[in-house]
Amino acid sequence: MADTQSKKASVLADLDAVRSMIRRHKFNDLVFAGIGLIALMIGLLTLLTLFIDLVMDGYPRFNLQFFSDFPSRRAGSAGLLSAWVGSLLVMAVTFLSAVPVGVAAGLYLEEYAPKNWFSDLIEINVSNLAGVPSIIYGLLALGLFVYGLDLGQSILTAGLTLGLLILPTVIVSTREAIRGIPVAIREAAYAVGATKWQVVSDHVVKYSQGGILTGVIIGMSRAIGETAPIITIGALTFIAFLPPAPVTDVAPFLNFEWLSSAFTVLPIQMFNWLSRPDHAFHINAAATGAIIILVTLLMNGTAIYLRYKIRKNIKW
Amino acid sequence: MLNNLTELSISPRLAKNIRRNVKERVIEFILMMAALSAVFTTFAIVAILLYESFGFFETVSLVEFFTGTEWTPLFEDAHYGIMPLIAGTLTTSFVALAVAVPVGTIAAIYLSEFASHKTREITKPILELLVGVPTIAFGYFALLFVTPLLQIIYPDLPGFNMLSAGLVMGVMIVPYIASVAEDAMRAVPMSMREGSYAMGATRFQTALRVVTPAATSGIVAAYILAVSRAVGETMVVAVAAGQQPTLTFDPTEGAATITAYIVQVAMGDLPHASIGYQSIFAAGLVLFAMTLSFNLIGHVVRKKYREQY
Repeated sequence: MADTQSKKASVLADLDAVRSMIRRHKFNDLVFAGIGLIALMIGLLTLLTLFIDLVMDGYPRFNLQFFSDFPSRRAGSAGLLSAWVGSLLVMAVTFLSAVPVGVAAGLYLEEYAPKNWFSDLIEINVSNLAGVPSIIYGLLALGLFVYGLDLGQSILTAGLTLGLLILPTVIVSTREAIRGIPVAIREAAYAVGATKWQVVSDHVVKYSQGGILTGVIIGMSRAIGETAPIITIGALTFIAFLPPAPVTDVAPFLNFEWLSSAFTVLPIQMFNWLSRPDHAFHINAAATGAIIILVTLLMNGTAIYLRYKIRKNIKW
Repeated sequence: MLNNLTELSISPRLAKNIRRNVKERVIEFILMMAALSAVFTTFAIVAILLYESFGFFETVSLVEFFTGTEWTPLFEDAHYGIMPLIAGTLTTSFVALAVAVPVGTIAAIYLSEFASHKTREITKPILELLVGVPTIAFGYFALLFVTPLLQIIYPDLPGFNMLSAGLVMGVMIVPYIASVAEDAMRAVPMSMREGSYAMGATRFQTALRVVTPAATSGIVAAYILAVSRAVGETMVVAVAAGQQPTLTFDPTEGAATITAYIVQVAMGDLPHASIGYQSIFAAGLVLFAMTLSFNLIGHVVRKKYREQY
């Protein structure tokens, strides 16, 4: 009698132990979920702090004059005009060089390349290039474009350098977009007598446009913020003039002198202001930084939204 | 009838076919050249770095380069020991990893094992946005926000120091580690988790004892790729870590990294083919060799040691 009772008590005690263990482990789960969420949020918090800090430091300079003034020795009257025009022109060169080459390379690798050592070689190179630090691209451009091909420290050099830099991004996103297209689409086109290029240009490119665009936007937003390679090619930081206008009012209406013009871009201007000891220039740097972040966030946001839409809409 | 067939085969249709084939070939060739541009770029990088460094190593012996403890190529009394720059690079990278490895790993475990589908849909794009922020902005943040903050806790901290640069760099690298490690964890088959749950394990236990060990190779690869990022990062250290090459591993001091040195020299106006000009290519060669080997090891670890289920 006493024996069974003590057994019962010990079973109950064991049960309590088990229950408290389960409670403990469930609590651990909860604690870790909390820590995990905090770890995830550190990035977002930093980004928010950074942006608010830049806006608060730079808000005295948020006016139209800041955008229409040339850089100056006096912080209060220094502006961004040459920098944003320079950024725009450099981006144009980057876009025109990286997008056709990147898309073509992606098409070749997915649609044409035979699966052998040759395509492996290209693939290894693309993934390797994606991991090369951007400053190394600057050294390449300094040796090859500036002195090797004698293009000088020009808009063309900077645009081509950034074009090379974002080439892996464009290639990879093109390939990913193409990979999503089912084989049946290609087979249907072949079945009605289309050639390979007709299949590729009329169907493959068309259906992967959205994905390619996403990659291009991400690449371009990276190029806008890149500082190191442009500094390395020896871009000047004090530019108080604009490059010759690309469009003129006399025939042939296009003018390519701007390609060889000296230039500055937004991040370089920011770096220049930031490296001065005078705090008044730091205000300019903060305002510039807020503008750069805003532009890149908008572009990246657009790309992410676009990708989300594409993923939702396409049902093969 | 037979005659008719021969006539058909030399009809304009056939001629058009030949034109068509030629056009197809030409297009394929153009596309191939575009793809080869990646190979050309790699070769051009290696060739330029080697070529310009060759001139450098005609003046400077390899022994001095790798064992010298002073780096002053632009001074009257020039010394060419790369050690101080490597020390600066490794110290900032170490601080960055000390932040990024724990935070990135925890974030990856959370994303892969704990987060609901909805949380993941919201937080992953945020991580991507963080990757897109230009590094010069983080440089501003490190110099004018984090350093003053650290100086409140630690008043002796100099204005340029590797600690704040490394910390900010660490936050920048978190998304890389989180996304690569998360991919590895999600590749672990569901049946392994279900087995663990069936034994009565909680989510945390399953994540720690089943998923993480199974995904080790991918997680380690994420760390190695993060090292490569940290070593090659330029603007944060150029702005916030200082410009003085100092042989120190103390993060509370300021010191130049390889990348910061290249930026510093490029900002000045150096004549082409001078020793100072060549020195940035020699420094770049060391940097390229470091990042390349880290990247290669990372890829090998990820490919070779991937567990097969």
